[in-house]
Amino acid sequence: MQKVIREKAIELLRSGKVDRVLGWKEGEFFYDQTPHLFLSPEEVERTFVYNGFSGANLSKYLVKEGLKEGVVAVFLKPCDTYSFSQLLKEHRIARDKIWAVGIPCEGKLDIELLRKMGIRGIKTIEEKGDELLVSTIYGEKTVAKKDVLAERCANCKSRKHVLYDELLGEEGEVLDSARFDQIEKLEQMTSEERFAFWQNELSRCIRCNACRNVCPACTCEKCVFDNADSGIASKAPASSFEEQNFHIIRAFHVVGRCTDCGECSRVCPQGIPLHLINRKFIKDINAFYGAYQAGENPDERAPLTNYSTEDMEPGDVFKKGE
Amino acid sequence: MQRIGVFVCWCGSNIAATVDVKAVAEALGKEPGVVYFEDYQYMCSEEGQNKIKNAIRDYKLTGAVICSCSPRMHENTFRKAAAAAGINSFMVEIANIREQCSWIHKDKVSATEKAIILGRAAIAKVHLNAPLTAGESPVVKRALVIGGGIAGIQTALDIADAGFEVDIVEKKPTIGGKMSQIDKTFPTLDCAACILTPKMVDVAQNEKIRIFSYSEVDAVKGFVGNFKVSIRRKARFVDEVKCTGCGLCTEKCPQKKVPNEFNLGLDQRRAIYIPFAQAVPKVATIDADYCTMLKTGKCGVCSKVCAAGAIDYKQKDTFVEEEYGAIVVATGFNPIELKKYDEFAYSQSPDVITSLEFERITNAAGPTGGTLLRPSDGTHPKKIVFVQCVGSREDGGGCGKTYCSKICCMYTAKHAMLTREKYPDTEVYVFYIDVRTPGKSFDEFYRRAVEEYGVHYVKGMVGKVSPENGKLMVRASDLIEGKQLNIDADLVVLAAAIEPDQSARPLATMLTASMDTNDFFTEAHPKLRPVESPTAGIFLSGCCQGPKDIPETVAQASACAAKVIGLLAKDKLTCNACVAHSSEMLCNGCSTCEKVCPYGAISYEEKEFRMPDRTTRVRRVASVNPAVCQGCGACTVACPSGAMDLHGFSNRQIMAEVDAICK
Amino acid sequence: MQIEEKFEPTIVAFCCNWCSYAGADLSGTNRLQYPANVKIIRVPCSCRVNPMFILRAFQRGADGVILCGCHPGDCHYTTGNYYARRRMTLLFSMLDFLGIERERTRVEWVSAAEGAKFAATMNDFVATVTRLGKNRRLEDLRCKK
Repeated sequence: MQKVIREKAIELLRSGKVDRVLGWKEGEFFYDQTPHLFLSPEEVERTFVYNGFSGANLSKYLVKEGLKEGVVAVFLKPCDTYSFSQLLKEHRIARDKIWAVGIPCEGKLDIELLRKMGIRGIKTIEEKGDELLVSTIYGEKTVAKKDVLAERCANCKSRKHVLYDELLGEEGEVLDSARFDQIEKLEQMTSEERFAFWQNELSRCIRCNACRNVCPACTCEKCVFDNADSGIASKAPASSFEEQNFHIIRAFHVVGRCTDCGECSRVCPQGIPLHLINRKFIKDINAFYGAYQAGENPDERAPLTNYSTEDMEPGDVFKKGE
Repeated sequence: MQRIGVFVCWCGSNIAATVDVKAVAEALGKEPGVVYFEDYQYMCSEEGQNKIKNAIRDYKLTGAVICSCSPRMHENTFRKAAAAAGINSFMVEIANIREQCSWIHKDKVSATEKAIILGRAAIAKVHLNAPLTAGESPVVKRALVIGGGIAGIQTALDIADAGFEVDIVEKKPTIGGKMSQIDKTFPTLDCAACILTPKMVDVAQNEKIRIFSYSEVDAVKGFVGNFKVSIRRKARFVDEVKCTGCGLCTEKCPQKKVPNEFNLGLDQRRAIYIPFAQAVPKVATIDADYCTMLKTGKCGVCSKVCAAGAIDYKQKDTFVEEEYGAIVVATGFNPIELKKYDEFAYSQSPDVITSLEFERITNAAGPTGGTLLRPSDGTHPKKIVFVQCVGSREDGGGCGKTYCSKICCMYTAKHAMLTREKYPDTEVYVFYIDVRTPGKSFDEFYRRAVEEYGVHYVKGMVGKVSPENGKLMVRASDLIEGKQLNIDADLVVLAAAIEPDQSARPLATMLTASMDTNDFFTEAHPKLRPVESPTAGIFLSGCCQGPKDIPETVAQASACAAKVIGLLAKDKLTCNACVAHSSEMLCNGCSTCEKVCPYGAISYEEKEFRMPDRTTRVRRVASVNPAVCQGCGACTVACPSGAMDLHGFSNRQIMAEVDAICK
Repeated sequence: MQIEEKFEPTIVAFCCNWCSYAGADLSGTNRLQYPANVKIIRVPCSCRVNPMFILRAFQRGADGVILCGCHPGDCHYTTGNYYARRRMTLLFSMLDFLGIERERTRVEWVSAAEGAKFAATMNDFVATVTRLGKNRRLEDLRCKK
């Protein structure tokens, strides 16, 4: 696939159809590639990569790219197209400045899972169907792909591209995902157990803001957490309002807008499963107000900008199953 | 830093008996920013108000906190006092220490403690208060009435009578609406045309009223007092000014096979037509779907016979742009489509008709000249079955409506009574679920139908109507007798439910006026503001708001006119001061706020901004129209970026109150 | 013998100006008692209450937060409480999901005529929160000890 995508990028640049290409650039190690803006065919030839570690959702960068002169081409995996569509719905991206190329995705890998297997010094990984041939500086090793698949990919919700200008490869379908299983598991715990779980997770947070910075729903001109006038910004540590409630407030800000792309958990240096908070909101919305997938249908009203006179009461949430 | 004065009221013993007012005043006097404090027996009295005024002047106060009764009681009193002393009236906050403290607590210690906390919260809020001024906007002294039925006519006449200009937009070639199709009116049985047509003439002759017939509202911009409306005048291919309404063309037109909608398709008209004799304006209209000249270019008879030279085959739709201060929706109703009611054989037999069709058949100007004849063979029906509640009061999920259409009981009684009066040899059955006759002289009317005219009222629903050998076999149940009935009727009349006109929904979108699930317009308050839409400047007249009979429609139409006149009589509108406002620098332009605004007060504009790096950037930003915003604050919470805030109840003010209470 | 000091919770009540604040006034006019722990903040509409205000109250030491508005269908602004209802449903569900006691948050619809309901609601809520004791969890959510 990398070859096809590179060729497409080069063709788009050469033909003058686009001025820049947004893609993934190889890093120092095989797994640490970064989103990058390619300006020439030569640069694409040299450093453009697409493999199991090209997990970054590039749609958010289009907010800034759309402000520049000229057209930018972007490669979007199926789940990324939901974010792209959602951003368009929110008028955050200049559509005419974007050339969106849908690309297939077979699931991305989680480097932490590989590390947990004791695999170090990865040179390359070759995907052979359900197996991965990992060559490291210590030799070769074969692992099952499903064992090292990122959680969001193991529970992939859709292989369908909701929006693109052209598509490479074949179109997939919306999948029947088991992504809510873990939420259910948490819901079945006692209140004390859940508190212990989240206290353990959230106490590790170092407030590096990586989750916010990577989130395609977090594109505010100025984030409320950076705005002294918002009443919730503060840089003082520990006991301040913002510190304690950062993740709840952030999740609430993206309710109905979060497409469940899973970037927040991918970039968290502390390995906090932040996506579970957002996913809980999604699960609740589906259960309370009918299935809703952000980014899927640009004409649909988001759950929090909609209502029904028959909506359940807040107290009813807890009556179920009691 | 504000300079705040605290004024604690005893309210006689109402507060002072349970709250240690002196302790409250002293405690609050120690709060940062408080430069003056005082307690007094009756702060709302003239003497009390003078104390506030004097303190504002003497101590150069910038804000005041009054610890007293509920703000719902005296907030305005104290605001006026503050304004009289020279500070902005919105620099006053009330701590409610009577209704929400002294009156509900018995223990003086805890009540005093609570009063201090409530006072602190008010002080914390005043620290963040800013002077507010209510905006003003001018009022265009002209009203638009959408729909020219009896509701629109009555509203327009009343508004014009008060001296204001009114335009009526009617989508049909003539005004008059449904009432012009009705024969007699209950409960007085006077003829509809006799009471309606003089009103139509009044409209035509009124200098203040313009009629845009055969026209539709195309676009609406603006807000209360300042609407800009684009009206599409559909091409009627006849010059309205030149046409004298002589009707010669409608007699000579060779295309005779056009279903006549005025008679609900019971007879035919020509391709060029005047809907009925008393039409206003009395101007011919060419039906482009049937005119041979417009379709093939070969004919031109009407043009040849028209002495006035009014025919213009090249006419195109034109647009009129006009400004209005108020818009009245009077789009009316229609009987529902009965095609889905197979059990009543409406589609299968021409002798199964709707009540409105029955009106036309009994109308002297109708297809039968007023003689009751069966549509199928033109014979006198000897046995007629009326079925009420067809499509009304149905359970959800059916093809009908859940609501009661309100008018059917009365007009069915009218039809039954008139039939028996004119044709005493005709047997008349009425099947009903309930007979509902609340209204002046309504029940008496119904009882006359039963008692004097011998109409057979049967409680029960008709299960099936099947055409057999020229008869209509009606199978029904009599719930009171508990038996099945089989009636070989000659004519079956269905009291079809009524629903809002199809044009109402797109119009509501244009006006940002809200509707209920049945597409009836919602009123600003179901009891106290029944003729206004929640969207300021939009008023509701007639059945677009809910099913109504004629007297009720006219009453509501006049009420609506009174509200419009009240608005147009003002030169300027004073807006609510506590309105939402968006920070342009923070706004993402995401449109979320717009979607939750019940008033359509938020719009977006592309604006050029100079960025910190000295480049310019065009950004989409929200802007709130203070003339329309009512200050609910829904947008402030919907806004993800925190750009939207509310004057008088800002995020920081409310958080300051929270902090003060939770300290 | 040791005398345990009775726990006095701090309760914040957000009341919409048109129905619930008037309902609270009415319970005062009728002299219907409820504990002084309840402190009311007046807002124009229940839809003005940002979830952040509720989190802020908890973080600053509130032990319970209750939101009162017009009954659904009776909103002065026609639709405000419908939006508030969705927001609060999701917020309360989330707080529960994070292990915060669900009984600390509540929404009640109180009309301007329901002074008695207002007082009864507050009595019940104060009793519930008193039973729960001091709210520690939200404060401690990110401070594992």
